[in-house]
Amino acid sequence: MMVFVFGFAMIIQYFIPHQASEWVNAFLMDWMMIIGVFALALGIWSLIKVSWDKIKYKKPNWEYAIVTLAGLFLMIFFGFDYFRHFSTPIGSDNYMYVHFYRHIVIPIQSTMFSLLAFFIASAAYRAFRARSLLATLLLIAALVIMLRFNPLLGPIQPIMEKFSVWLLNVPNLAAKRAIVIGVGLGMVATALKVILGIERAYLGKD
Amino acid sequence: MSFDRRWVFLSLAIVCVGTYLWDFSVPITISEEARSIYDEVAALKEGDMIYMSVDYDPNALAELHPTTYALAELCFRKKVKVIFGTLSNLGQGMVDQVLHDISDSLRDTATYNGVFYEGREIVNGVDYVFLGYKPYPAMVIQAMGLDFRVPFPTDYYGTPIDSIPIMQGTKNFDQCKLVVDMAAGNVAEMWITYGHGNYGVPLALAVTGVMGADMYPYLRSGQIFGLAAGLLGAAQLEKLCDNPGRAMDGMRIQLFAHILIILFIIMGNIGFLATRKLNKLK
Repeated sequence: MMVFVFGFAMIIQYFIPHQASEWVNAFLMDWMMIIGVFALALGIWSLIKVSWDKIKYKKPNWEYAIVTLAGLFLMIFFGFDYFRHFSTPIGSDNYMYVHFYRHIVIPIQSTMFSLLAFFIASAAYRAFRARSLLATLLLIAALVIMLRFNPLLGPIQPIMEKFSVWLLNVPNLAAKRAIVIGVGLGMVATALKVILGIERAYLGKD
Repeated sequence: MSFDRRWVFLSLAIVCVGTYLWDFSVPITISEEARSIYDEVAALKEGDMIYMSVDYDPNALAELHPTTYALAELCFRKKVKVIFGTLSNLGQGMVDQVLHDISDSLRDTATYNGVFYEGREIVNGVDYVFLGYKPYPAMVIQAMGLDFRVPFPTDYYGTPIDSIPIMQGTKNFDQCKLVVDMAAGNVAEMWITYGHGNYGVPLALAVTGVMGADMYPYLRSGQIFGLAAGLLGAAQLEKLCDNPGRAMDGMRIQLFAHILIILFIIMGNIGFLATRKLNKLK
């Protein structure tokens, strides 16, 4: 019932260009953000529980769970400026917080993503085979896109560039546009089903 | 034809480390979509305001950080006011790092594209404001379109928005000449749907390389006016801004890594076709 009422109310609100309607929109958006922050509390509790269970029952790789919890509590400690400031963001300037972010979080995240380059190289070697006509077209398209701005090609480079512009702006654009329109129509259908109560999977019921 | 993929990893590692240590530059060809971003930002006048949304985590740092540095420095040199925001929960550190590094760089006088710029200090609240992070990107974009104060009553440092000089008379995107979104996820499409779709704000995107091809429909329909994809896009912007940095350095590594991958693909296909012919003869 609530989904139905609020769903239709927000649809109607979108088309009312009055200040009162905008106020309702802003008010509900504030509530959305407040509710969203509760997901943070749930996430933190879930992480602590899973890690603690791992340590308590000595599950495989339980030592890493100690590192996880230590990292979590240390960053909270530094982020609240050694538990001196809870209601101001002054902890974001805390030396240790900034230091940990710049010299641990950034290198670790960048490294994890950089590993993809090696797996992509290996996957490209295995996947780009001229097994059929379509596979050959895929292979040619991949080679053209990779080589389009390569200065070592000499006089061929402008031709590669023109071909890559055509590839991106004609077949790629057509296919992507069809996918986006299909996804958009699917989203409208799903949203209507949720508002009308036909789709109730989000409630956890069958 | 197959061989242990660890040889692929090793070859790629050698090429990447070798080209990193051997310092040389490669010519950068400028694409029309990257030039569009530069032309619009370069046409801004002193006192104009833009919104820069830094919506990426450290895992996309290599591809998107150089774009942020190049565009932010160009804006500050031209005395354009910048509102920074982030819709990524680790993006706050990214913005903090950019502001810290650019503040140092701006103290030096410099000449870019033949234009001389005096060294200057940038002041928080006067030259820029950093609004911070809030969850639910779609909600935040829609709320900012109504009024920046709805999702961000204070800036990242806890200062009430109404007491910040740069935000006097600034209500929402109507006061911003354009929005540049540096994104590594589906936030880019949220900016198109809610930012440009609802409020008509001129929007440019800088996205990771894998997302670049997906953004062409929006470019050709006019929903975004410019696109910088991946490290190449960042290098193109650095070249246009006449401010070489990590992206232009990274292009020589990417160039030879691509050549190596292509060689492996050719090798694999030669082996595959030879094997197929052998099987047919049998």
